[in-house]
Amino acid sequence: MISVKQLTKKYARNLAVDHISFEVQKGQIVGFLGPNGAGKTTTMRMLTCFLPPTSGGATVAGFDVLEQPLEVKKRIGYLPETPPLYPEMETDEYLTFVGKLKGLSGEELKKRVDYVCQRCAVADVKNKLLGRLSKGYRQRVGLAQAIIHNPDVLVLDEPTAGLDPKQINETRDLIKGLAGDHTIILSTHILPEVEQTCEQVIIINKGKLVATDSVANLQNRARGAESLLVEVGSRDGALESSIVVKRLQQIPGVSRAQLKTSHGNRNVYEVEGQKGFARGELARAVVQAGWDLNELRPAAVSLEEIFLQLTGAEEPVEAASKGAA
Amino acid sequence: MRNIWIIWRKELRSYFVSPIAYLLLTMFALIFGFFFWNALGYFVMMGMESQMRGQPMPMNLNEEVIRPLLSNVSVIGLFFIPMITMRLFAEEKRSGTIELLVTSPIRDLEIIIGKWAAALTLYACMLLFTALNFAFLFKYGNPDWKPLAIGYLGLLLQAGGLLAIGTFISTLTKNQIIAGAATFGVCLLLWVLEWVSGYETAVWAQVLAYMSVITHFESFAKGVLDVKDAIFYLTVIFLGLFFTARSMESLRWRS
Repeated sequence: MISVKQLTKKYARNLAVDHISFEVQKGQIVGFLGPNGAGKTTTMRMLTCFLPPTSGGATVAGFDVLEQPLEVKKRIGYLPETPPLYPEMETDEYLTFVGKLKGLSGEELKKRVDYVCQRCAVADVKNKLLGRLSKGYRQRVGLAQAIIHNPDVLVLDEPTAGLDPKQINETRDLIKGLAGDHTIILSTHILPEVEQTCEQVIIINKGKLVATDSVANLQNRARGAESLLVEVGSRDGALESSIVVKRLQQIPGVSRAQLKTSHGNRNVYEVEGQKGFARGELARAVVQAGWDLNELRPAAVSLEEIFLQLTGAEEPVEAASKGAA
Repeated sequence: MRNIWIIWRKELRSYFVSPIAYLLLTMFALIFGFFFWNALGYFVMMGMESQMRGQPMPMNLNEEVIRPLLSNVSVIGLFFIPMITMRLFAEEKRSGTIELLVTSPIRDLEIIIGKWAAALTLYACMLLFTALNFAFLFKYGNPDWKPLAIGYLGLLLQAGGLLAIGTFISTLTKNQIIAGAATFGVCLLLWVLEWVSGYETAVWAQVLAYMSVITHFESFAKGVLDVKDAIFYLTVIFLGLFFTARSMESLRWRS
């Protein structure tokens, strides 16, 4: 449904989006994930023909964003980061206006306005001025506006930003409900949102594509590995950390061990291994070596961790190659 | 065409649901009313004087009331036009609604013409108030209506040009005040350019004077439809809207 090839956007000096390529299948919900300023909004703006790409291209529903922008625009519903509302309009008047802009008219327009009001639960504020609506309602009117012409593709830029937890849940449910009829790309910097609503996730950072995978796969990746934090000390004080690391690495099932933090005598090591690798072994190994095992606790590994690994500065290269595979 | 109509209606509506339209209409009606009252008072005084001398001079409503008043309207218009156009794009840019317009299946030019036409319509509404005043002249006197009609045509053409310039300036900023002030400056400059012809006859002075929007109105005020002047205004409209379109495009390349 959406195909993005080597999409690039360059502003005066910096590369906002750097040769991004991905595909989105019909009917999928795709989470577009990245820290603030990663290039999510810019990418979405290029998909919606708001910004022309510097190089590369994209097609939406088979139409090129540069060659046939009008055709693309007919098939896309777009909710920008701040819902594009006219404060002096009433809700149904606004939806009627947008419907007309998108090419609807007559009976059909009326029907669609009623339908999206119901669907997005804004029917009770139909005759209220948009400028007086609460943030939650504004967001829902924004969504209603995006689906008014029943587009094939929905592009939602941070649809839950600034909402309270209850509204966030409602909005997520609403988006999930829309998935059947529309292909949806939604951007966010909140991880649980992706876990809860999306099937597919595209992670970008600093304009570069870091990973694209299904949410299930990413979660498996998160669960497949386990890492423990081990604090090892010794009575006489001086303990060479490299020796400890070496010993830890010899434990069966451990794939990686490294010094994480060090405060004088208190060295904390991070030990990674296959899920369920023997903690007993680890404890025994430390004690048998004559060291003190001061602490042994699991380090939290979640999508969050993966996300940080992928987008953080620590080891982006390795992660990127994994992600691209 | 349908899209222009949609945008036109939306713009006009937003003028009239906010106090802007009413404020402008009221102020304009007040100011013009004052001018009208003065012009009429002067006319009546002149009439009485000529009668007292015992040798009534031929007096002409068109020449002595309508013509100077139309010229006044064209200058008053300069002050009102920035207030009409400043919000057109600046507000959409600030509130982000420009994203809705630009990502809708509608051409930039349709947006621009719709907005400009709405601004021109509001200006025409303001002119309606002047027509109300002139209507009294027809009730109590008998001026010629044709020069008046040509005068109105000239006012609309002149305003069309200045509104197009204002629309263009409104695309350059998110700040309505800046858009308004800049438009006002340009309008004022386009008015006073003509003054150089008062003391200088060199080619550059003639060119400057030619660019003044006021000089081209003189023929219309007289009730003469001069094609050259009409073409001048049409050119200004065209250029204004053309630059608006360019600016909207570059907005997207830059932003």
